[in-house]
Amino acid sequence: MSSIAQKKGFGATLWDYLTTVDHKKIAILYLITGGFFFIVGGIEAMLIRIQLAQPDNDFVSAGMFNQIITMHGTTMIFLAAMPLLLGFMNAVMPLQIGARDVAFPFLNSLGFWLFFFGGVFLNLSWFMGGAPDAGWTSYASLSLASPGHGIDFYALGLFISGFGTLIGGINFLVTIINMRAPGMTYMRMPLFTWTTFVASALILFAFPPLTVGIVFMIVDRMFGGNFFDHTMGGNTIIWEHLFWIFGHPEVYILILPAFGIFSEIFPTFARKRLFGYSAMVFATVLIGFLGFMVWAHHMFTVGMGPTANAIFAVATMAIAVPTGVKIFNWLLTMWGGSIVFTTPMLYAVGFIPSFVAGGVTGVMQAAAPLDYQLHDSYFIVAHFHYVIVGGVVLGLLAGLHFYWPLMFNTMLNEKLGKITFWLFFIGFHLTFFIQHFLGLLGMPRRVFTYVADQGWDSYNMISSIGAIFMAAGVIVLVVNIIMTIVKNEKVGRDPWGDGRTLEWALPQPVPFYNFKQTPLVRGLDTFWIEKQEGNKEGMTYAEPVGDIHMPNNSFVPVVISFGLFVASFGALYNGEKSWAVPVIILGLGITFASMIHRSLKDDHGYHVHKEDLLDDKGGKH
Amino acid sequence: MMKGIKKWRLFSLLTALMVFLSGCGEEHLSTLTPAGQVGRDQLDLMVLSTAIMVLVIIVVMIVYVLAIVKFRRSKVGENVIPKQVEGSHKLELIWTIVPIILLLILTVPTVVSTYKLADVSGMDTVDAKGNKTAVTVNVKANLYWWEFEYPDLGIVTAQELVVPTQEKVYFNLKAADVKHSFWIPAAGGKLDTNVDNLNKFYLTFDNPSESLQDGVFYGKCAELCGPSHALMDFKVKSLDRDDFDAWVADMKASKEETPEGDVAQQGQEIFNTSCIACHAVSGAGSTGGVGPNLATFGDRNRVAGFMEHTPENIKAWISNPEKHKPGNLMPEPKEINNGKDFTDQELTALTEYLMGLSVEE
Ligand SMILES: [Cu+2]
Ligand SMILES: [Cu+2]
Repeated sequence: MSSIAQKKGFGATLWDYLTTVDHKKIAILYLITGGFFFIVGGIEAMLIRIQLAQPDNDFVSAGMFNQIITMHGTTMIFLAAMPLLLGFMNAVMPLQIGARDVAFPFLNSLGFWLFFFGGVFLNLSWFMGGAPDAGWTSYASLSLASPGHGIDFYALGLFISGFGTLIGGINFLVTIINMRAPGMTYMRMPLFTWTTFVASALILFAFPPLTVGIVFMIVDRMFGGNFFDHTMGGNTIIWEHLFWIFGHPEVYILILPAFGIFSEIFPTFARKRLFGYSAMVFATVLIGFLGFMVWAHHMFTVGMGPTANAIFAVATMAIAVPTGVKIFNWLLTMWGGSIVFTTPMLYAVGFIPSFVAGGVTGVMQAAAPLDYQLHDSYFIVAHFHYVIVGGVVLGLLAGLHFYWPLMFNTMLNEKLGKITFWLFFIGFHLTFFIQHFLGLLGMPRRVFTYVADQGWDSYNMISSIGAIFMAAGVIVLVVNIIMTIVKNEKVGRDPWGDGRTLEWALPQPVPFYNFKQTPLVRGLDTFWIEKQEGNKEGMTYAEPVGDIHMPNNSFVPVVISFGLFVASFGALYNGEKSWAVPVIILGLGITFASMIHRSLKDDHGYHVHKEDLLDDKGGKH
Repeated sequence: MMKGIKKWRLFSLLTALMVFLSGCGEEHLSTLTPAGQVGRDQLDLMVLSTAIMVLVIIVVMIVYVLAIVKFRRSKVGENVIPKQVEGSHKLELIWTIVPIILLLILTVPTVVSTYKLADVSGMDTVDAKGNKTAVTVNVKANLYWWEFEYPDLGIVTAQELVVPTQEKVYFNLKAADVKHSFWIPAAGGKLDTNVDNLNKFYLTFDNPSESLQDGVFYGKCAELCGPSHALMDFKVKSLDRDDFDAWVADMKASKEETPEGDVAQQGQEIFNTSCIACHAVSGAGSTGGVGPNLATFGDRNRVAGFMEHTPENIKAWISNPEKHKPGNLMPEPKEINNGKDFTDQELTALTEYLMGLSVEE
């Protein structure tokens, strides 16, 4: 392969993306797939709000409604929010620490394709007899009783995509530990890298319990394993524990990287160093740590007894402290700065009151006896949407606008960006603020309809109107993206003008090997330091120009993942169709054969030669 | 001038919104209008936590608004490079310690009330004669109906819970099929009905429910349990102790009686061939019905837990249960009536009979 620039046809581009191991391209794959599932989950959300706009509505049937809410939650968490965050981690983190790629480029690709096939498999349930319908939490007694194959799609789909996520997390951990540029000490790492680091550690510890739970579920449903069948000595509460031991850290897996994005945006657009950097790092680590001690706050009404409830209540409240530290540090970052309201900054500024609102209702629910009232009511629906939408989604949208020029060398339209923000922001508060009151007025969550005149009718209508605003905002965003791609106006290096960290110091488009010479990091906000000292290159180098060792592209990750995808269909119809077992064997055969192929065939990669690098074309691919 | 008007408009809009939101909802359903001590304890905790949280929000919003107003670039100047402040130990200590203190203030009543609400020792208290002093109800949650058994009183009912006022009423909760959750918002928080184990707690009711809109409190299933989760409602009637004792006595005395009138008697015959295998009509007895006990059917507030209690709805329900409560386990008429639908005349007879099932005189 040569590094000489060439124009490629569609087929070649497609093949390039199918086989790529470049973290920047994998980031784009995550962005496209995650964006697609975000739209799918959004459509499901709209269906929910249409159904609930009026009492006694029959827009969708009861059974269909349960499928929609289950898939809305599952899709948004596992197939939209997480992949989009993994996309930004891929796009930004290696550049932030001065690395040429992640530690295991091949695994990076495998992680994506596992997620991809898992997500596709899960969504195929819509066309193959019905989607899962036991809620995204899939509590055991209900999920075991659920007829059809919906729950099997859920368990097998998440099993596959969960592996992808776990692989991604491990990869990022190793990358951050081992591949930082000289001078990039832990306490000089940008906050987004820090939050990626902690979130990856959370993935490492949180996904195994989920996987265990899901495997139990699969065995129960496929072979009558009785892990959760209480009449056979099983126990359904175990599922709840396993799920939430994963589920609570999952919230932080989502929100910490969003915090990281905001921690990059505030200093950039306030032109001021992040206030209390070390406190921010400490708070991130502490949140990650405490995040594993509080899962049972989702189970206050399960009947664990007062001692367990009291302990988990107090532990949960404790998390508010480091979170509060972060909020105040962001405020003080703006304080005394020079704030400019670009689209990313608007999102960041809009995030603070939204997330504070979500945080305080979290503390209310931490008070166990009060939670007996709030739990499983619309109050909790309001609360977690304030955290997930007001925190994570605003973070994703902020990151999309902020990092777009880094990823594509073009800039999303600021005017449309601001329209999206206002539509989405107003719609979000309109939809969810009022749901707090619905909960207090006695409306349980996950109801497919409600009888009129219980005091809920107008509130539900308002909530549904808010959802329309959010949808309009997303439509404007899609238009914006299409326009930007069509116009294709290049913006070059450091497009925001006030980039502070290493990723903005790179030439645009970023060369496929990222750094011609490994940079020497001389402090926090290294690009800012170089700029202040008048260094036009934006970087000090730690090495002379030399050959760069690069990995080869590979189609094997797609094949490995595809094999599991095939095997899942066999597992799904096991005991029902005669072809089920052969299909399982075939699928696993594909997977193992391609793994053996990968293990036995040496692939030493290739070198980009010094001469090509010095020749100016070296920068392009 | 224009700006002033705009601001004033916004203000009036906000005020209208506040008034709108300040409604506490329906007295028989809202957590904001507690019917007894348990609900009141929980509301107190809500008020305390809200007050603390509003305090936090006010502080954050003051700093926030000042920051984004004072330090916008148009005010600061285009080419100003702000001082790169590293942090402030003093400030960081303040915003670590103050929240800890605020949370401690919330922690104490939280822990106290967690233990208080879990204290069910009164369940087993007996008087000199060895009789239980408190009323205990065994709640069994089924797809999608509720059974209420009073083990110490030897009676059982369904869909409409009856409780005495001014005392702790204890509950043993269990699910028969999949997990549900037992919630009477006005009386207090929920507790799950698990399939694995018995959960215990208590609630209290200050006053008879008579004066409420429908004469009952509303109860809900709060855990997703299948298609008709949303329709798994029940009702709660609270009675003064004397009235409650009278009701218990009536329940004990209730037994299968020959109803008055030809139509009702025909209804009884149909019932006895098609329905009685699942539905008992005597309130005396214990748990174990396949379908809801119907001894008090005529006294009830709703058909199937959520439909208005009218003859039309009874007929509609019997002739097509699946349509009204998808996924419920009541058989279609064809399965219990020799492969035929009930005729209008049969439905009328059944309805007449069912409406006559009453223990309240
Ligand atoms: Cu949690
Ligand atoms: Cu239920």
